[in-house]
Amino acid sequence: MSAELTVLLTAIFAASACALVGTFLVVRRMAMMADAISHAILPGLVFAYFLANGPNLVAGVFGASLAGLATVALVEALQRTGRVKSDAAIGIVFPAMFALGTFAVSKWFSNVHLDADAILFGEIAFAPFDRLIIAGRDIGSQPLIVLAVLSLLNLVLVLLFYKEVKLATFDAGLAASLGFSPVLIHYGLMSAVSVTTVGAFAAVGAILVVALMIVPAATAYLLTDRLDLMIVYSVVCGVVSAIAGYYLAIELDVSISGMMAVTMGGLFAVAALFSPSYGIVARARRRAVQRERFSVDLLLLHLGHHPTGDESVAHLAAELDWPRARLQRAIRQAGAAGSVAIVGERVRLTPDGQDAVHAIAQRLSPS
Amino acid sequence: MLPGILRDVIFDYTLRNVALGSALLGIVGGVLGTFAVLRRQGLLGDALAHAALPGICLAYMLANSKAPLVLMIGAAISGWIGTLLILRIVEDTRLSEDTALGVILTVFFGLGIVLLTYIQHSNDANQAGLDKYLFGQAATLVQEHVITMAAVGSIALALVAVFFKEFKLLSFDPEFAASIGFPVRGLNVLLTSSIVIAVVIGLQTVGVVLMAAMLIGPAAAARQWTNRLGVMLALSGFFGAASGVVGAMISVTGSRLPTGPLVVLCVTAIVIVSILFAPERGVVWDSLRRRSNRRAILEQGQQP
Repeated sequence: MSAELTVLLTAIFAASACALVGTFLVVRRMAMMADAISHAILPGLVFAYFLANGPNLVAGVFGASLAGLATVALVEALQRTGRVKSDAAIGIVFPAMFALGTFAVSKWFSNVHLDADAILFGEIAFAPFDRLIIAGRDIGSQPLIVLAVLSLLNLVLVLLFYKEVKLATFDAGLAASLGFSPVLIHYGLMSAVSVTTVGAFAAVGAILVVALMIVPAATAYLLTDRLDLMIVYSVVCGVVSAIAGYYLAIELDVSISGMMAVTMGGLFAVAALFSPSYGIVARARRRAVQRERFSVDLLLLHLGHHPTGDESVAHLAAELDWPRARLQRAIRQAGAAGSVAIVGERVRLTPDGQDAVHAIAQRLSPS
Repeated sequence: MLPGILRDVIFDYTLRNVALGSALLGIVGGVLGTFAVLRRQGLLGDALAHAALPGICLAYMLANSKAPLVLMIGAAISGWIGTLLILRIVEDTRLSEDTALGVILTVFFGLGIVLLTYIQHSNDANQAGLDKYLFGQAATLVQEHVITMAAVGSIALALVAVFFKEFKLLSFDPEFAASIGFPVRGLNVLLTSSIVIAVVIGLQTVGVVLMAAMLIGPAAAARQWTNRLGVMLALSGFFGAASGVVGAMISVTGSRLPTGPLVVLCVTAIVIVSILFAPERGVVWDSLRRRSNRRAILEQGQQP
């Protein structure tokens, strides 16, 4: 397999594995927990490598996952004391774990080959050269195999427990009353996040793992209301960013992981601005439409209160105290709908307009 | 041994700078962190610290200088832009705050790494050391850094002193502040900008990852000892400064120990002690009280 293909496939599997669990983090409002876990695995990794006498894959996964779960448990214990809020609890635990890890590396285990840079950035370009060797035989690129397995594992987990996790996410009370322990599901999800982080960070770096978990899922959350579609969208979004980021990075000769994060950021920005349902532009336009409809309604009601049902434009502007443009737009729209007619200098309610006034009044009356 | 260390803190050039720098960071981080913690924006500091990276790189590329002030200004601007984007995402989309934090944190940091590798690959020999801003290397602090930190930090502290009343109201009852005509939006930006300053000061000393602890830790500890904001600010600043100095001293006495992690571990120790043993709010007193209550109730129940 060519080096380029290995890197690309590694990136694609990293994106899918992360997006699968990330979706649940985003809908459960626990995105920052991924950030915390990704940093807090350092001490687990350090101690595991120390015990295993070197960078051992199995020991690393085991130690780091334990550290991830310990972080989750510590954050919750701290919150339960009621002495600090949840964000402060996260912000106390993960820097402490990271500091402990860095401290341990420099104090006792400087022979363990590990430095903070490598953990934070990773370097996916090295993926082809990191070989998985079992019983003396070269099986293939280790990051690629690890991430392919993780993607498959996460996919199976999502397919198996989709219903349960969905229920526990959106109605924890009902889930608990039906016998699905929200605590168990929470820790199950957190285990999946920890294991995925551990498996992915060596290839792509801790920060990109967090990016792959959160950003595509956040993008998907802006595009759909359905959880199953959201999972699909976020996987697609992660994979597309991984591929585009890779080629952009090669073109510009910059960090591949960094460029993938930037590409994801670009997709997110597009979704945040232009999503048909939840985009900022669509929202602003909906608001503008509502404002105009409200102006028209107000104009009609106002005219309806005049005994003659008509009024000069100048007087209307004074009575409603509107800017000229707003009044003119409202008159034009009401005219287009056939509710008012311009007679000379005066705006007059048509019979259709009278009906409209009744309808509006009915709608607004509280009974 | 101790007097020897104290003498070194005063007379040894490196140790003095490291200790002073860490202490400054502790004070400014502790004071501004108090507001961040009270407003439940503790993790904003974390996001901000990461969002500062592209600014550092761009400032270096544009000014071609590694002067601390230049890099700090770059860091502050991009951290500030990141913060504004987070606030906008929370306001204008359906995403929750932690998602917005995560998105901006990772994307800005990714951009920073892209710029960093771009600079490195352009074979610019002068760039060495830019990545020190990521992990912090207190040992590389020189007098110029400390002076810049002091100058920038005093701006943040002065802002808190001048706007104490406003920030207090903003932290505890923003709706009331708005209803009596305070410019809440402006004050919000002002307070957040001060937090940006605190973060920027800390980057070189403790680095991006550990910065969150310097904002949150001292404040969370101070909160356990008092219910008064003024006292909390002073205590938090003191805890931060003490951790800074003690961490720096330990790191110099032990060989090869990095300062940033030690400072953070000191902060963590203070937090743990405060949560367990602070008068009134200490968890230990709580459980002792509960036990004696239970015993009293049981004894009453046994009486006929």
